[in-house]
This record gives sequence, C-alpha cells and structure tokens, in this order.
Amino acid sequence: MGQGERQMLEKNVNFVEAALKEYYFNNFELIHVSSRTSEREFGYQKFNSGMVRHITIKNDKDLHFLLMTQMPSDVYCSNGYYSFPNLPMSEKDWKEADLIFDIDAKDLKLACRKDHTCFKCNSCQNVNEQSSKCVKCNSDKFDVISVNCQNCINEAKKEVKKLVQVLTEDLAINEEKILVYFSGNEGFHIHVINSEYQSLDSRERADLADYIMFNGVIPETMGISRQNNSKTSLPDIGERGWRGRVAREIFGSKSKRPKIIQEILLGGYSNFQSRLEEMRQKIGVRIDPKVTMDIHRIFRLGGSINSKSGLSKISCNNLESFDPFSDACVLGDEKVEILANCPISFILKNKKYGPYVSETISVPKHAAVYMICKGLADVPQDSEN
Amino acid sequence: MLQLGIKELAKYPFLAETGDYLRDKGFNLEQLSDPDWKPVVEKAYGRIVVATTGQIYGGDLENPDLEILSFVIAIILLKSAGISTLNRRFSLAEARRAERYLEQGLNALQKDRSILENLKLKEESIQSSLKIIQDQFSIRVKMEDDRLKISIADYLRRAAHFNEREWKLVNRRVENGYVYLSSHEIVRLVRKELDVYINSKIQSVRVSFIPETFRERVEDLVLLAKKFTTTVIVSSDYPPCVKHAIEVMDRGENLPHSGRFMLATYLLAKGQTIEQITPLFKNAPDYNERITKYQLEHIAGSSGKATKYSCPSCEKLKSENLCFAIPECDGIINPVQFGTRRKTNA
Repeated sequence: MGQGERQMLEKNVNFVEAALKEYYFNNFELIHVSSRTSEREFGYQKFNSGMVRHITIKNDKDLHFLLMTQMPSDVYCSNGYYSFPNLPMSEKDWKEADLIFDIDAKDLKLACRKDHTCFKCNSCQNVNEQSSKCVKCNSDKFDVISVNCQNCINEAKKEVKKLVQVLTEDLAINEEKILVYFSGNEGFHIHVINSEYQSLDSRERADLADYIMFNGVIPETMGISRQNNSKTSLPDIGERGWRGRVAREIFGSKSKRPKIIQEILLGGYSNFQSRLEEMRQKIGVRIDPKVTMDIHRIFRLGGSINSKSGLSKISCNNLESFDPFSDACVLGDEKVEILANCPISFILKNKKYGPYVSETISVPKHAAVYMICKGLADVPQDSEN
Repeated sequence: MLQLGIKELAKYPFLAETGDYLRDKGFNLEQLSDPDWKPVVEKAYGRIVVATTGQIYGGDLENPDLEILSFVIAIILLKSAGISTLNRRFSLAEARRAERYLEQGLNALQKDRSILENLKLKEESIQSSLKIIQDQFSIRVKMEDDRLKISIADYLRRAAHFNEREWKLVNRRVENGYVYLSSHEIVRLVRKELDVYINSKIQSVRVSFIPETFRERVEDLVLLAKKFTTTVIVSSDYPPCVKHAIEVMDRGENLPHSGRFMLATYLLAKGQTIEQITPLFKNAPDYNERITKYQLEHIAGSSGKATKYSCPSCEKLKSENLCFAIPECDGIINPVQFGTRRKTNA
C-alpha cells in the first residue's frame, strides 16, 4: 500500500551505482553486518525498483558480495531477531527486537525549512522555489526536495541528547548500549542493543514511545487534580523523570516557586493541561513513534550509503563535534561534470555549492552524487562518466 | 525455593502446590465421594454461588483444610457442569479474592516490620505474595525506602494493554529503570493473568467420574447458569468510521493504510471472509489483487501461524483521524461493539 519513489534516469543510475560500488569496494573494512547476523533479516533496494527483503546474509564477506553484484541503492537490516529470518513474515518466529529511534529534522518543522526546500514538477521536471504552480507548465504536482541545513542538524542533535538522557536516566539503559548514527540524510537513527526492553511487543513500545515524547500526560501526574489542589503534590525541581523536568521548566529557580505555584493553583485544571500540552513540544523528545513501535522493521544498515543523498549512515562517536556534511560525505573527491538545476545553495565538506540554474558545472564526485540523488542534477547527455 | 505453609495455600488454592498437598494428605476423588464429605461439597457449591453474584468469597483461614478442599471440589463441580459463564465468574471472583491477600502481603512489606505483631505470620504472608508475583507472573517486586517498584519492562507488558490514561507510563513515577507503584496497583497489573490462570485450572482438571454426592449440585449449577443467558441485539448498521472507509474506497479515493487495516479487521471480526472483503478494495488507486489477498490473509492470521489482528480501538482511530463518532457510539471503546446492546437477566 506504499507510495511510488521518484524514478531516476538511467544515465544517473549508472553514475551513482558506479560511485557507490567504488566506495564500497575501497572501504570494505568500514562496512559490516550487524551483530547476531544469522538471526536478522536483510533487505535492499535498487534504483527505480522495489524492495527485496526476507534475505539472510551470513557475514561481512556475503554483504560485500551483495554490494558488488547487486549494486543496491540502499541496504537494510532488521531490528528484529528471528529463528528463520528468510521465511515469510508469519513464519519467521520473532524472538525479540532492538529498540530503535528515528529523529528526522523534517518532523521538527523548523522555520528554516522553507529556505532550503524546493519543488520539482512532476510533469516537466522543472525545479521551482515555490510550491503553488510550476512556472513552466502550470502543473501543481511536485516532489518536495530539501537540501542539507546546519540549523536542522543542530536542532536534531538537541533531540538526540534529550533522547539519550531519557534512555539513560529514566530507562536505566547503559550508554554503551546506545548507538547513535547519522541517518544519511536529515536526521539521526538511534539503536539500543541488548537491553531489557528487547522483548516488548509493538503496543508496549508504543507506550514507551509516548513516554519518551511526553505524550498523553494528565495533570494529575503533576499533582493537579480537578479539585482540592495543594502545593505539596506539585513536582520539585530535584525530582527525577518527567516530574522533575516539568518542575525545572515551570519553576526555573527556587525563589520564584511560591509565586508560580499560586498562579498554577489559581489557573485551575484545564489551564494547566494546556500548559502541559505546550510543554510537550519543547521538552518531549520528537521521535517518529511509528519507527519505535515497529518490531519487524528493516532499518538502514549502519555504514551503508543513503541513496536520498549519497551520504553515509555513519556512527557518531562525538555528537557535539560531529558534522554530517563532512564526516558522512565519504564518496570520491575527483571532479566530474554534471548539469545542475539547484536553486538553493548547500554546503558539503565546508565548500558551498549553488545556486545553479540549468548549468553544466564541474564539482567533486560526492557533490555530484548528492545533487543527482536529490533530483537536482543530471549526468550530461554525452558524458563519459 | 520457598514452600508455602498450609495457611498460605488456603489463600491461593489454585497454585500447583495444592496438588502436592492433596497427595501428602492422601486425598482422592473416591474418598471425597464419601457422604462424610458432604459439608465440604456444600461449601464448594456455596463458593460458586457467591462468585456468580459478583461477590468475593470471604473464606475462613482458620480452617485451611476446608478452604483448600472446597476450592478443589468447586473446580470439579464446575468442570462437571461444563458451563463457561460459570467458570468465568468463578475464576474472576477467586482472582479477586487472591488479589486481596496479595495486596495485604505487599502492604505488610511496606510497614515497619519491627512493630508488627505476630511477626512470623506477617513475614510468611509477605514472602508468599512476593513469591506468587514472581513465580506466576515473573515480576520481581523490589522495595526502595518505603516504596514498591517493578521494572519498566514488566510494567509495560501489562499496563500498555490497559485503556485508562493513568496507566500510561508517562503518568507514572519512573526512575532509573523502575516504575513506583502502590501494592494495590501492582496486584491490579496481574488481575487478568490471575483470572486466566484460575480459569485454565478449571479447563485442565480431569474428572474421571462424578461422585453421586456431587451430582445434585452439578444439576443445580446447570439450573443456576440459565439465569445468566444474555440476549444480544445486533444492529445491521455499520459504525460511522467503517461507513466512511467504505465510502472513500467506493469513490476510488486513497484510504490510508490505517483506514484499510481498520476496515479489514472490522469486517473479519464481523465474520466476513477474505473473499467477501477483497472486492471492497478494488477501487483503490493502487489495487493489486494478489497483494490485497496476501495482506488480508496476514491480518486474518490465516497464513502460517501468524497472529490474528483485531480491530483498532476507538482511541487509536481518533488519533489517526479515522473516527467520526456519532451519539450511537457512546459507551463503546471499539468499533466492533457498535450497535451491540447487551441485555442481561442477571
């Protein structure tokens, strides 16, 4: 019941496939299967083609063989562990699954988004800066394309930090079990391996996701009921969990506390309820709950290239200093010619590109792949690439 | 491993230890058919009757043998009568009875033990509560200062299946991997499992013959059960969410995956077959007969040993913007309940 992906021209497919293959071939030491390999389901996609899943891969060598022979655009590995990972879903015999989280800058709906988004017309392929009507053919059907943005990544990093804090402090997950990856496009993937939450089913994970997002909280939890409220039941800034976070958010410092308590008690139940709702946006962690509640997901394999951008799903050891647009930009540096139609500028490896208006340019291969994957450039007609 | 004393067993006669107790005492069905045991049969019958009225049988812990035997005989009577509504009522009432004792045990744990009178008995009651919760339900209850706590995973495995908002994890005190709960709440978490466990005991007991002294009471149980027959009036109308989904499909518009899932699970729950449901999806913009059939089979649990999916709750549909509630929806929590009014004589 899914949606169709954007089709890529054959000359572009050939170019990007070759670039990916070259990278994988030269960097086998960076591309590994996930732990407990034989219990995982793997899957892959090729450009302009559907998903191949329910396959097993035995070891790194098998994976490298697949990368060379199939030339996939994307490679995935299940968060679930099965007795028979290559059988149809109903016969796999699910055992447990890693907890996974997806933090996507798109979901943060930041004000900067409109500045780095453009619209590619479905009819004439013209790239527009506005989404009202195609300036060339008047069509109103577009693919929405966004290019990388430092602000988006910084905000997504803040969400990752909030998530890691809830996981370690509230859920008592050891930090060593939390693996943070750049998603390869506009966000982060967080894998929690080998935790005591592995055996939770989908519904239980949905409630865990609500907890992490601070979803569904009722005023009573914070000590405010419909009647008979007293200041003693309100949370204290020293408390742990969400009560403590809410207290730190509303009271800030100890000196203001009595005055603020008075306001809350006077404001009443529904006022406080709306206040909690507002707070959710700020203090709740903005994960995609659908990913976390999925116990059969095939999730992008760490170390592989994301075909939406040509960037790598790379592990972030130091989130603070991590710069995805340099660190995950792993494809070649040699110059190639492309025909670019990219109305917005972007930065890769500290170099600014664009805007380009239907012009033939010579750029490093990683930037060329990036623009082609985004649908903002083509391999020129008579290219030797 | 801790062995339960006879007084503790009288609180929880559904435990496997009851079998050992009966063996040790040398009780068997032939013996219990002796007219001398008639008073215990009467007590057992009374225990069932109390349960069917929705009350909780109090019992007499000062006479633990009678407590245990009357439970065992009650189960034999129920098995012989073979009426599931009685079994359900009985197991629920017995579960509630056990809950009281479990809660008392956990409460005693929270009190300062040095000032407890009759220390040994209290200690035993605490230990049996902890043991049952751990052995039967695999929940390890821990103490921190004066507070009881269980692990978040153990909590979610039960509470995530409750509908009330106060059971959502976000509405609980959570710290360092644990959820802090009252003794009442901990026991509430295992209510359903306790009920299912006792019911399974009735199902699994083997009665080779019905002693003459039991026969009359078995017949009484059959008569008693007649009181609890229910008349169900089923309206042929679809709930508004399902109507909406069918209309969207009819118009050939795209219904989101969650809407299609709801439609399929609802119709399956109402007894329609996959063959009957498949054509509804024909107008969908991305219709593919093979895929639709595969997905329906998956949802129906008919391919392999897959789970059968049930229709999503009204709350879930609300959050997916698929709910179009009308006054007739009042009081239901799942679309499959729409138009079904229960009339009970009891």
